[in-house]
Amino acid sequence: MWIEVTQLFLNGLLLGSILALGAVGATMIFGVLRFAHFAHGDLMTMGAYFALLVVVGLNLPVMVALPIAMLMTAALAVGIDQVVYRRIRRVQPVILLISSFATALILRAVVQMIWGSSNQVYATGIQLPWRLGPLTIKPDHVLIFCTATLLVIAVHLFLSRTRMGKAMRAMSDNMNLALITGIPADRVIMWTWAIGGALAAAAGVFLGMDTRLHPVMGWTLLLPVFAATIVGGIGRPYGAIFGGLLIGCAMELSTLIIPGAYKPAVAFAIMILTLIFRPQGIIKGAL
Amino acid sequence: MSLLTAQNVYAGYGEADILQGINLQVGGDEIVVIVGPNGAGKSTAMKAIFGLVPIRQGHIEYVGEDITNQPPERMVARGIAYVPQEANVFPSLSVLENLELGAYSISGDITPRLEKVYEIFPRLRERRQQQAGVMSGGERQMVAMGRALMIEPRLLMLDEPTAGLSPRLIDETFERIREINALGIGVLMVEQNARQALGIANRGYVLAGGANRHEDTGPALLADPDVATMFLGG
Ligand SMILES: Nc1ncnc2c1ncn2[C@@H]1O[C@H](COP(=O)(O)OP(=O)(O)O)[C@@H](O)[C@H]1O
Ligand SMILES: [Mg+2]
Repeated sequence: MWIEVTQLFLNGLLLGSILALGAVGATMIFGVLRFAHFAHGDLMTMGAYFALLVVVGLNLPVMVALPIAMLMTAALAVGIDQVVYRRIRRVQPVILLISSFATALILRAVVQMIWGSSNQVYATGIQLPWRLGPLTIKPDHVLIFCTATLLVIAVHLFLSRTRMGKAMRAMSDNMNLALITGIPADRVIMWTWAIGGALAAAAGVFLGMDTRLHPVMGWTLLLPVFAATIVGGIGRPYGAIFGGLLIGCAMELSTLIIPGAYKPAVAFAIMILTLIFRPQGIIKGAL
Repeated sequence: MSLLTAQNVYAGYGEADILQGINLQVGGDEIVVIVGPNGAGKSTAMKAIFGLVPIRQGHIEYVGEDITNQPPERMVARGIAYVPQEANVFPSLSVLENLELGAYSISGDITPRLEKVYEIFPRLRERRQQQAGVMSGGERQMVAMGRALMIEPRLLMLDEPTAGLSPRLIDETFERIREINALGIGVLMVEQNARQALGIANRGYVLAGGANRHEDTGPALLADPDVATMFLGG
């Protein structure tokens, strides 16, 4: 029994680290721009396919393609903001939300048009898992978890040490005061999209490495990603990391008692419970 | 010389004008106080000057230049700092980060500025790692003023800096404002503690219904029986 639990917990950490990368970006975008970015899952998908482009086109290993895909997706996210969202920022947030939904559909259609709708993988062949006593761990999983951890540390250093990172936190804290202080909102917004896009790409690539690539891969992850941001307290990057890990573990561990098909429902249930009982997020303080 | 001049300013949020032709002047080394009943338009006047509420008629001059309806970013770049009445700190950021962000527009080493702010508010140095949102009202007000001072402004605009403070802290805040002014910074301040504020002011304005009612030196306004009965609570 506990072997199974430990195994699921490890799987949960893996899924959780992927969710955390998506959730940190989504929560930062919410903090700075005050809307739930529905195309975030499809940014993940785009990132995964950008990496595939590099892997197939230049015959490079996926971990080398990762930073390239992150840059491409960051540029895409900034571009989408400039073309679509920037023009409608001053209107009601619900309009932004709906147009992000449309953006999601467009991105998915683009992926289908370019890469088709069948499943694809970065590398064929089977990786031999490591055996730790009764537990099995794939080398890829360790790689994903470690890289995700490094990225999260990088985001932490950015937010806590750099002028732009602090300005970003300031803007999500108190938009009006940021304006009064002379913080250039447009530049902060661009950086928010760039970082959100890059992290989404990493999440997408990791998901593709762990499973496979298909055009709705990111969309299906959107619900757990949003759940993670809400559990962590929306607009709070550190909370989103915690939320991602919690939702990931809960989803995996739930398969002990209910069929695996209900995993997204578990994320949904946790999100609803959080909204009912602790809408400000389940951890204390204002990190 | 006049630092700031507001001339016949009309401004408001929606259709109606809240400010109906107000006139203000702040000299370079003055403390100028705006008093008046709740809803008089005092905060609106501050926001209009700082470019946060659109001015429909009239204009604002700063050291002889027209700055009407310029965005806050430009005000900061020109050396005008503003502390709003409410929500005037970044709550989840530390005291130090609040101060650093105050100097966002400044390139180069900000340590000397930080030292000056710590000299005026030693408490902020002690509590620099503290999250601003969990501090007391008095301390938050210090953070807010410290943040504004980081650009080394020539004009400091304060909206009710003593609101909600204990009598002891009110005295201390006014004392700090005098010190700041003594550094050569012009101060334009809205105050509810009108008697005390007029006590340290060079000049004062009484605003009501979005228009000037009285203006005079601080002592003269305090001595004016009309002002006393109507606006200073007898
Ligand atoms: N953001 C706003 N939108 C619409 N009306 C406002 C807003 N802020 C203030 N008002 C209105 O403007 C008038 C003046 O408000 P204000 O300038 O805050 O007064 P004071 O600071 O003198 O108490 C009030 O009638 C108030 O209801
Ligand atoms: Mg007011």
